[in-house]
Amino acid sequence: MKHSLLTAATVACAMTTGGLSLNAYAADEYKLGLVTFLSGAASGPFGIPAKNAADLVIDAINDGTLPAPIKGNGIDGRMITPVYLDEAGGATKQTAEFRNLVERDGVDAVVGYISSGDCLAIPSVAEELKTLTVLFDCGTPRVFEEADYKYVFRTTATASMDNIAAARYVHENLSDLQTIAGINQNYSWGHDSWRDFTETLKVLRGGDIEITTEQFPKLFAGQYGAEISALQVNSADVIHTSFWGGDTDAFVLQAAARGLLADNEVIFTAGETALNSLGEHLPDGAIIGARGPFGPFAPESELNTWFQNEFTERFGTPPTFPAYHMAQALIGLKLAHDQAGVGASTDEVISSFEGLEFYGPGGKVEMSRGKGHQAATEMVYGRLTRVDGEITFTDITRYPADCVNPPDGTETLKWIQSGMPGAECN
Amino acid sequence: MSKRSLALLLILGVATLVGGLLLPNWMSYLFTIAMGKGLVVLGLVLLMRAGLVSFGQGLYYCLGAYVAGMLTQFAEVTDVLLILLASVSFSVVIAAIIGLLLCRYREIFFAMFSMAFSMILYGLLVRNQVLGSTDGFNVANPSLLGWAPGPEGASNLVLAVAVLLVFTLGILAWRYLKSLSGYAGEAVRENEIRLEYLGGSVFKIIYVKYIIAAGLAAIGGTVTALVSGHVDPEMAYWTTSGEFVFIALMGGTGHVAAPIIAAVLFESLRTYASAVAPYTWQMILGFALLAIILFLPSGLWSLVERFQNKKPRKAP
Repeated sequence: MKHSLLTAATVACAMTTGGLSLNAYAADEYKLGLVTFLSGAASGPFGIPAKNAADLVIDAINDGTLPAPIKGNGIDGRMITPVYLDEAGGATKQTAEFRNLVERDGVDAVVGYISSGDCLAIPSVAEELKTLTVLFDCGTPRVFEEADYKYVFRTTATASMDNIAAARYVHENLSDLQTIAGINQNYSWGHDSWRDFTETLKVLRGGDIEITTEQFPKLFAGQYGAEISALQVNSADVIHTSFWGGDTDAFVLQAAARGLLADNEVIFTAGETALNSLGEHLPDGAIIGARGPFGPFAPESELNTWFQNEFTERFGTPPTFPAYHMAQALIGLKLAHDQAGVGASTDEVISSFEGLEFYGPGGKVEMSRGKGHQAATEMVYGRLTRVDGEITFTDITRYPADCVNPPDGTETLKWIQSGMPGAECN
Repeated sequence: MSKRSLALLLILGVATLVGGLLLPNWMSYLFTIAMGKGLVVLGLVLLMRAGLVSFGQGLYYCLGAYVAGMLTQFAEVTDVLLILLASVSFSVVIAAIIGLLLCRYREIFFAMFSMAFSMILYGLLVRNQVLGSTDGFNVANPSLLGWAPGPEGASNLVLAVAVLLVFTLGILAWRYLKSLSGYAGEAVRENEIRLEYLGGSVFKIIYVKYIIAAGLAAIGGTVTALVSGHVDPEMAYWTTSGEFVFIALMGGTGHVAAPIIAAVLFESLRTYASAVAPYTWQMILGFALLAIILFLPSGLWSLVERFQNKKPRKAP
C-alpha cells in the first residue's frame, strides 16, 4: 500500500511540471488579456457585446482607422494581440486565470471584468504582479473606496451614479411623487442599487417618501408572478428596477401581460440592453438608463457615429452600454500609452493614465475619482416613446458627472446620507 | 507504517514543497488551490466510502473561508495557525450540531439535506451587506508566528502550509481508513443491520465521519481563502459542492491520494480548457467526466491499481 501512496504523489508531481510551457517574447506586439463573460447568463447581454466591441476597436486601433484626434497604429506602434478568457466560474477561478494570463501568457495589460465580485478580487493580484489592469464594466463603488491601487483603473463610473441620477430624475419629473416600490435581484447589485436609490430620494425629499414594497427575487429566477402581484397590491407612483439581461425580458413580458406597466411608472436603471431584445414589448413612457451616456443617449461626435455605424454593420445590432464600456476602456488605455510616449515604462503609463480626461464614443470621461484611477461620467435618463414605430426618447435629462458622482475620497453611502455636499448639477 | 516508508514520504513531501516553490507563480498558485480542494474532497471521499454523497461540503468550505477572511479583515488576526485552528473549531462545532440531524438520513435524502444547509448559508451571506453580499470581501495576507512575508511571500507561505497539511492529514486519513472505525464505513455501506447486530453504532460511525469531513472542508476553504485573497458566497453555492463531487468521482475512492491527484488534474484541466476554448471550456470538463464515468467507473485511481496488480486489490 505504501507504494501506491508514493506512486500517487509522484504522478501528481510529474503532472504539474509537465504543464510547463515557454513563451516566446515578441517586442512588436502588445498582448492584451480580455476577460468578459463568454458563457452563462451574463454573456448574452454583456459579455458578447463587449467582446464584439473589443474586436472592432482593437482592429481599428491596429489599423489606425479610429477617427481623429486618436492617431497612430496600435499601441506605441505595437499591434494589439488579444487573449480572450471567459469570466464565468467565480472569483477564485478568476484570480487563478489572471495569474495565468500574466505569468503564462505574458500579457502586457488586462482589460476586463463585468462581475463586481471579480472586480474586488482581481486588484490585489494585479498589484502583486504589477500588471496594468483596466476594469471596464463592473459597478460596485467599493473597489476604490476600500483601498488604493496603483496598477488598477476603472474607466466606467460606478453603479451608484445610475441610482443617484435615477432618484433625481423621478424626483424632478414625476410631479406628485409620494410612494415608491422596488424589484431588484437578490444579490449585491440589486441590494446596492435599491439602497442608493432610496437613500438619495430620502435626502432629496427630506424623508417625505414612502416605500410600499421592496421585492428581491432570486437572480435569474425567470418567474415573477408573486412579485408582480405584490407590486400591484402595493401600488406605488414609480417602480425601480436594476434588472438586467434575461431577467428584464422575463419581467417586462410578464408584467406587461398583467397590466403592471400600463398602470405604473417604471424606471429601468440598466434597461438599455433590453432595447434590442425586447423592442416592441417595452411600454411607452418607460424610463430607461444606460449606465452612462451610451447607446441612444450618447452625445453626437465623430467617434460615436463611427462606433455606431461600424458596430451595427459588423454585428447586426447597435452597440449597447457594455460595448461602449469596452470601447471606452480600450481607448483610455491607448491614450494613456500615447501620452506617455513610445517605449514608456509601466510606471510612466500609469502616471499619464492617472487623472486622464479623454473622449470615448460616449463622450467625456474624467479619471477624477479614486486618486485618478476611477472614472466619472455624466448620466442620462429618458422616457421611451415611439415615432412611426421607431423607438426614440423624450424628456431626456443629462446629469453632469459632479452632480451624480461623490467627490474624490468620499464614501458613496456616507456622501448621500450627509446630503450630497458639493454636488454641482448645472 | 514502517520507518522506511515514513522517511520516503517525508522526502517526497519536501520534494513536493521545493518543486511547488520552484514552479512559476501561476502554477504554484494553481497547485495550492488544488491542495485546498483536494482536502475538501478527501473528506467527501470518507463519506462516500460509507455510501453517503454529500452535496453540501460547500457549507464547511465556505465557513472555513469566511472565518479566515473575517479574522484577517475584522479582527486583524493574520497568523495562519490561529486562523486554521479557529476555522476548523468553528466548522466542527457547526457540523456537530447539523450532524445530529443529517446523520439520520441516507442516500438522496442525505445529499439533498446537506445541500439545503449549504444553501441556507449562501442565502444568509447574500443578505448580509456588511460581508459584501454576493461580492464578498478581500482577505489580508497571512503571517506565521509573527513573521509577515508580504504579498509576494504570502502565497509561498500558504503553499508550504498546504503541502504540510496535505501530507499530514493524508497520512492520518490513511491510518484512519485502516482502523476499525475506518473499515466500519464500508460496513455501513454494505449492511447497516448486520453492523448493528455486531455491536457497532451506525449513527456514531457516520457522525464521526461527517465531523472529520467538515473539518477537512474547513481547512480546504481556509487555504483557498488565504491564497486567493478573496471570499464570496459562491463558495457555499451548490455548484461548488457539485465540483467537489465531480473531483471525487474523477479520482475515485480507492485511496487517500486519489482526491488530491484528481484535484490537481481538475484544476489543470480547467485552466487549460478555458485557455484553449474560452467559449466551450465547460463542455470539455463535461466530456472529461463523461469519459471517466464510462471507461473508469471507479475513478482515475483504478488505473494505478490496474498497473500495480493484475487483479484489483481491495481498498484502501
